[in-house]
Amino acid sequence: MFIEIQHINKIYTDKDNNANTVLDDINLEIPKGQFVSILGPSGCGKSTLLSMIAGLTSASSGGIIVDGKSVQKPGKDRGMVFQEAALFPWMTVTENVVFPLRKEMNKKQAIERARHFLQMVQLSNYAGHYPHELSGGMQQRVSIARSLAMDPAVLLMDEPFGALDEQTRSRLHGQLEKIWIDTQKTIVFVTHSIQESIKLSDRIVVMGTRPGTVIADIDVDIPRPRDEHKQQVAALEERIMGLLKGEIDKVINEELAYEARS
Amino acid sequence: MKPAVKRLIFFTALILFWGLGSHFEFWHETILPSPFSVWDALVAGFADLTLVYDLVASFRRLFIGLAVSLLIGTALGILLARSKTADETIGSMVLALQSVPSIIWLPLAMMWFGLGEGAIIFVVILGGTFVMTLNVRTGIKNVNPLYIKAARTMGSNGIDLFWKVIIPASIPYLVTGARLAWAFAWRALMAGELLSAGPGLGYTLRYASDFGNMALVIGVMIIIGVVGAVVDQLIFQRIEKNVLKRWGLES
Ligand SMILES: Nc1ncnc2c1ncn2[C@@H]1O[C@H](COP(=O)(O)OP(=O)(O)OP(=O)(O)O)[C@@H](O)[C@H]1O
Ligand SMILES: [Mg+2]
Repeated sequence: MFIEIQHINKIYTDKDNNANTVLDDINLEIPKGQFVSILGPSGCGKSTLLSMIAGLTSASSGGIIVDGKSVQKPGKDRGMVFQEAALFPWMTVTENVVFPLRKEMNKKQAIERARHFLQMVQLSNYAGHYPHELSGGMQQRVSIARSLAMDPAVLLMDEPFGALDEQTRSRLHGQLEKIWIDTQKTIVFVTHSIQESIKLSDRIVVMGTRPGTVIADIDVDIPRPRDEHKQQVAALEERIMGLLKGEIDKVINEELAYEARS
Repeated sequence: MKPAVKRLIFFTALILFWGLGSHFEFWHETILPSPFSVWDALVAGFADLTLVYDLVASFRRLFIGLAVSLLIGTALGILLARSKTADETIGSMVLALQSVPSIIWLPLAMMWFGLGEGAIIFVVILGGTFVMTLNVRTGIKNVNPLYIKAARTMGSNGIDLFWKVIIPASIPYLVTGARLAWAFAWRALMAGELLSAGPGLGYTLRYASDFGNMALVIGVMIIIGVVGAVVDQLIFQRIEKNVLKRWGLES
């Protein structure tokens, strides 16, 4: 399998030495070219899992293999898009996109390549601007272009549209879907929005919380574009809502119990 | 009304009040000379070039001292930010040194370097170095971790990560550090010059005072104030504002 996540556990110990199991025996296999969403309530460990695939966080036990190689540290084969656009404010849009390329090609080639990917996210006109001159949605598109430009085997996205308004988000969904179809990248997409996951992905991994486990693994076989199949989308939405309801109740009950104790 | 216009009116009124007060002898010329005497003293000073030599001498010391203090300050700041041991030992000493006016080093500096340039430049260096050190240290430590994470996923690490991401990300702090270093160095320079041999603005100030030339004393004080304000507002605050804007720290 292209990405293999094997028996991943993650335990954080706080300053009082209390162990907090964030991820409990996660196993996942993701084939090449799949668009998979990881869906779950806040705090279930989605970001933790994604940053492990990126190589930014280490697992307490278990291992992750991407394209036959065990993940030990970050690498250009795995591009990451964060919830906030992590653009460098002292560089122009082009310089930001060139950043991951500068070591492997000459300047002219790198700029040419940056232009190509900025065109893909429809921002060629802003090549010379600085990030603070761009809206949040535009910044996020630049981040996507920057990740794509280094031609990673996998694109990891951690709630990339979470901070955007509804209209912008919906437009970017369309663009991302098109980019995915054009580039045939494997995309692991973290979200807590059920609609978003159904709209975009081939497969939805639903996670439960405390500790984080996989509670359902759903193949989405609704034809694209999904907007045209409202009934099927609604049915799946209902089903996932039912799955998550138990999880959300669990979080609320824990909060109540905590408040009762203190 | 534009701030510049308000300022112009304010200073005109102030000088007018000063001039009228002198004219009607609300105070005696030896206590506070009139604006005309001050003006004459300044014109005379520039005409016989003494004030020009003073300015050149003062600025020479300032530039040498400030340049050295920015270099040492940056290097020391990087060291403190990168090494926990250095931070816990040298760092606490820097904090202590920063809390005293650098002019208290002058007696020692005179023993080491004699009464001339060396001692004053030494005091100027000490004046600017530590505030720069502390700002560089804070700047490097406060780099948004998101930038570092993002850079690492793009294949940057080690020295490349440090020079291409961490240092540029902390430039707002470096600029503030340089501005404060200049302000401290300028104060240290004037204090040092007051207490040593000329030429220099501070020296001329004391010399004029010794000879009871109060008009020149006030003239030199005005030069010192104007230089301080002009460099701070026209150079440093402008750079700082541009940098903060570009770095997205100010709307
Ligand atoms: N560095 C850390 N130290 C201690 N605990 C951590 C750390 N990082 C995350 N956690 C804990 O791990 C759990 C999962 O965090 P994570 O950020 O992966 O959640 P998430 O599913 O991405 O949530 P959200 O949807 O809110 O982003 C949380 O309970 C958090 O408190
Ligand atoms: Mg998260």
